[in-house]
This record gives sequence, structure tokens and C-alpha cells, in this order.
Amino acid sequence: MKQSTMTQTTEATLATAPDTEVEELVLNKPTRRYWAVRMISIFTVLLAWEVLGRQVDPLFIAWPTQIGAAAIDMIHSGELVGAFLESMKTLTLGFVLASIVGIALGLVIGRYRYVDASTDWLVNALYATPLVAITPLVILWFGLGFQAKLFIVFILAVFPVLINTASGVRNVAPHLVDVGVAFAANERTIFLKIILPAAVPFMMTGIRLGVGRAIIGMVVAEFFTAINGLGALIIKYGNQFETAAMFVPILSLMLMGVVYTAIAMRFERWVAPWRFTDSD
Amino acid sequence: MTIMTNDEEIVGTRPAHRRVKLGVRKVSKTFRIRSEDGKTQTHLNVLRDISFDVEENEIVSLIGESGCGKTTLLRIVQGLMRHDAGAIEVDGHAVSGPGRDRGFVFQQASLLPWRTAQSNVEFGLEIQGVDPKIRAERAKQLLRLVGLDQAATRYPHELSGGMQQRIGLARAMAIDPSILLMDEPFSALDAQTREVLQRELLRIQADAKTTILFVTHDLDEAIYLSNRIVVLGARPGRVKEIIDVPFAGERPDLPVLRGSPEFQEIRQHIWQLIGNQSMPAHT
Ligand SMILES: Nc1ncnc2c1ncn2[C@@H]1O[C@H](COP(=O)(O)OP(=O)(O)OP(=O)(O)O)[C@@H](O)[C@H]1O
Ligand SMILES: [Mg+2]
Repeated sequence: MKQSTMTQTTEATLATAPDTEVEELVLNKPTRRYWAVRMISIFTVLLAWEVLGRQVDPLFIAWPTQIGAAAIDMIHSGELVGAFLESMKTLTLGFVLASIVGIALGLVIGRYRYVDASTDWLVNALYATPLVAITPLVILWFGLGFQAKLFIVFILAVFPVLINTASGVRNVAPHLVDVGVAFAANERTIFLKIILPAAVPFMMTGIRLGVGRAIIGMVVAEFFTAINGLGALIIKYGNQFETAAMFVPILSLMLMGVVYTAIAMRFERWVAPWRFTDSD
Repeated sequence: MTIMTNDEEIVGTRPAHRRVKLGVRKVSKTFRIRSEDGKTQTHLNVLRDISFDVEENEIVSLIGESGCGKTTLLRIVQGLMRHDAGAIEVDGHAVSGPGRDRGFVFQQASLLPWRTAQSNVEFGLEIQGVDPKIRAERAKQLLRLVGLDQAATRYPHELSGGMQQRIGLARAMAIDPSILLMDEPFSALDAQTREVLQRELLRIQADAKTTILFVTHDLDEAIYLSNRIVVLGARPGRVKEIIDVPFAGERPDLPVLRGSPEFQEIRQHIWQLIGNQSMPAHT
């Protein structure tokens, strides 16, 4: 009972309102305000582009309304949708393959020292090489069709996934591995239940880096083959000096990149929910 | 070196023939490290001929200055690290690796961040291949024991440091170990939370009849929790003295205990053994 005053103050400090409520009060308004600022910024840039764009020779630049009109034409003719789907197909398939192969090889390389030692020079050399440079060679191997594009997307995206996965496996915090050892888990169980999940954030980083490279690979491949896809459309309208129409596939690519990155982040949330539960 | 006088009989805290649960027998450990010029290797004698017993249902604290090898010794007992000489015995049998008979509570909780609180508690049982229903049941029971049944579905980063420590304790206890090894489990906590958890540990230990080897460098904590205190000296780590604590049994709260002259006497004694200069005033 002597301690009663002290206990009371302790409880008082511990019993402060749950911080989630407080945070919401603070966060809600600014978030909405930031969005308003963002919208204003987007509108201003588009307006400036429209006004300034009209001052320049239309061969060098197009402006938003002109691009919009070209887009509508291209959608009506079915050209844009066809090219978009074609590119999407290459990108998705190549990228999914790259992720699966990259993670699988990364796990093996990260786990077995000997495999690592025998392959790391090659992996690093290939990662450092701007692999789009081998595009002409790839076209010789596979022809101008889908396979060549698929291969280029794959080869560009696979290395960041592989390297990050391997380094995730290698850099698992020793104190987490100790948990497995302390509970008398065998090596296989430690790999499956500790090292693998601990490496997931690294895999996701690799996948996100891979997205950007996959898109670059796809566009370059389509430039070279110039048969179909958004890259081919850019070449076509570029050659015809139809600048506004050329901007349509460029903006479509931008959209694709944004969507893909968003999907990758969703996926990350889904496989690694523990890293996100504090923000929404 | 070891002062174990007839105090024992006078104080009467230790029944004469309790079974030895955990035996540390002449354990030595040397690390090979780089020498100061960084070119050659030298040897770092961390533990030399450490011997002591922990009896069944007893709490023993390891105390000693930083770097004297407390963590090293505890990891050796758990089987997380090899020793160079000597033996670790559980129930009279030498052990040579981790086992179900020993549960480990880590200094930094070390929860698996991708698992919810409950799933973390289930970890050890999962490793042992216990049926999911049974282990969920057992985990819930332990979460209740540490007062966190409300937090079962939360991830570690959504828990406070004290809550994480409690989950770490529940995880170690879930496999129903007969020995619990704890490495400064409360050192990262604020004074209030620490006292709550210390009381909780005593309650749980009385309930579950666990034998505990506890590392700390908080003198008050050692005296409050332990039946005996093993004081280690540094470089190389060796047993300086084993001290019986006469409060074992029914204990008042730590703040009350602190006021007693016996407490102060033991505290003073250990302090001098460890040979620290700056004794904080705790009166
Ligand atoms: N894996 C290792 N390799 C080399 N030296 C080590 C290793 N682990 C510990 N040491 C050394 O052994 C000594 C004892 O370390 P240990 O962690 O056991 O100390 P401790 O008593 O737990 O200290 P603290 O109270 O600071 O936690 C230290 O000098 C440390 O540098
Ligand atoms: Mg330590």
C-alpha cells in the first residue's frame, strides 16, 4: 500500500489512449490535402504542356489534346489495343518466368556455397552487361517472332531477382537462425521455416527491380523486330513523323509500368503481410 | 574459491537432497580471434573450468561483468555453441546439442517477424511435428499464461518490447522444457515492465515447476529472482563464488525487498566481488 501513489502514476502513463486513434486524427487531413496538391500539380503540368507544346513545331512535340485525339483514332482502328495486348503478353510471360527461375536459382545459389563459388563470376558478369546489346544475336537465334522478345524480357529480368534472392538467403540474420537451432530444428526445416521467409523481402526487391528491366527489354526487342507490340508502333509512327500518334504507345508503356509496379507491390503485401500491417 | 559454508543449514532455503537437474562440468571455451595487429591469430580464453549445479525447480542466476562469458556459457548449455572441454549434463546425462528438454529465451526476443504472436509460440511444437490443433490449443494456453491472449493474431512489430519478451517466454515454454535458459530477457525493458515480468516469471515458474538458469547483470534482479547466484569473474571467465539467497520461497515485491538489510548485504557483497566502481545508490 505504501506504493499506491507510484502505482497510480504508472497506470496513468500506461493508460494513455490507444495511439491508433491519435494517429488517424493527425494523418487524415494532410493525406487528403496532399492528394489535392497532387491533382493541382498534374493539371498545371498538363496545361503548361498544352500551351507551350502548341508554340513548337508539331514534328518535335505533341500536346495532350492532340495525343488524346490520336489515341481515340488508334483505339477505334483496334491498333492500340492489339499492340497493348501483344506487349502485355510478352512482358507478363517473360517476367513471370524470370521471377520463378530467378527465385529458384537464387535459393540454390544462396544456400550452397559451392554452387555460389562456381557461378557468381558468371552471374555478376551477366548482370553487369547491358544485355539488350545481345538483342541482334537473340533475333538470329529465335527469329523475329514472340520467342525472341520473350527471351530478351526473361534474360533482363532474371538477374536482379536471382541476385537479390541469393543475397537474401545469405544475409538472414543469424539470431533468427539461432531460433531454429535452439528448438532443435534440422537443417532442412531451418531453411524452409526461417531462411526462406526471411529472404522474401529480398526476393520482392529483386522482382520490383526486375519489372523496370523487363519493360526496357520488351521495348528494345520490339524496336528490333518491329512487327508488333507497342515498341513497333513507336517505330512505325516515328518513321511516319506522326509525333502525336507516336506519343500514344509511349504513354501506354508508362501506364503499363505503373500498373506492373503496383501489381508487384500488391503481390509483396500478399506474400509478406507482416511488413505492411502498420500502414493501411 | 567457492564459498559454500554452513549458511545453507542456517538459512534452510535449499532442501538437502534435491536432484541436480543441470550440471555444468569443467566447461572451457576458447575463441580464436585476430590479434591486435590484425595479421595473426590469437586465442581468447573466455571460459575456464566452469562448474556448478542447478537443482530441480531452482532458479540460478549467472552474473558478472560485461564480456565475462555469460552469453557464451548459456549458448553452450543450450547447444547453440560447442565447448572445447568439459560437459553439460541434463538429469545426469551428457548432452551435445539442442534438445526438447531445454527452452531458450533470447535477449532480444528474436521472434520470427513473419509469424503472428500465436504462430511464434507454436514454432517449437511445429518443429516437433505436433498436430496443428493440439499446438494451437497449447499456444493459446501459454498466451493466457503470459497475459497476451488478446494479441494472438498480431505480428511482432505490432507488439511492445515487453509483449515481445513475453511471447519469447511463451514460445520457450510451449515445448514444456524442464529447463529454461534465459539470456538477459528483461534488460531492454523499462523498470516497471521489468518488475511486472519478474513477478510473472516467479509465478509461472512456481506453476510449471521449471528449472531456470538466468543471465543478468542487474544485481537486484538476480537477488530477487534466484535461489542461488553464480558470480563469474572475467578473463578468463571462471566461477568466483556461488551465493545462496535467503529469500527464496515466498517473496515480497522487489521494492519492499530492496529495503531489507539482508538484501543490501548480499547486494554489497556481490558488488565487491564483481569489483565495479560506480555503485548506483539504491536505498
Ligand atoms: N563468436 C565469437 N567469436 C569470438 N569472440 C567471441 C564470440 N562470442 C563472444 N566472444 C567474446 O567472448 C567474450 C564473452 O562474450 P559473451 O557474449 O559471452 O559476454 P557476456 O558475459 O554475455 O557479456 P554481456 O554482459 O556484455 O552480454 C567477449 O570478449 C566476446 O568478445
Ligand atoms: Mg551477453
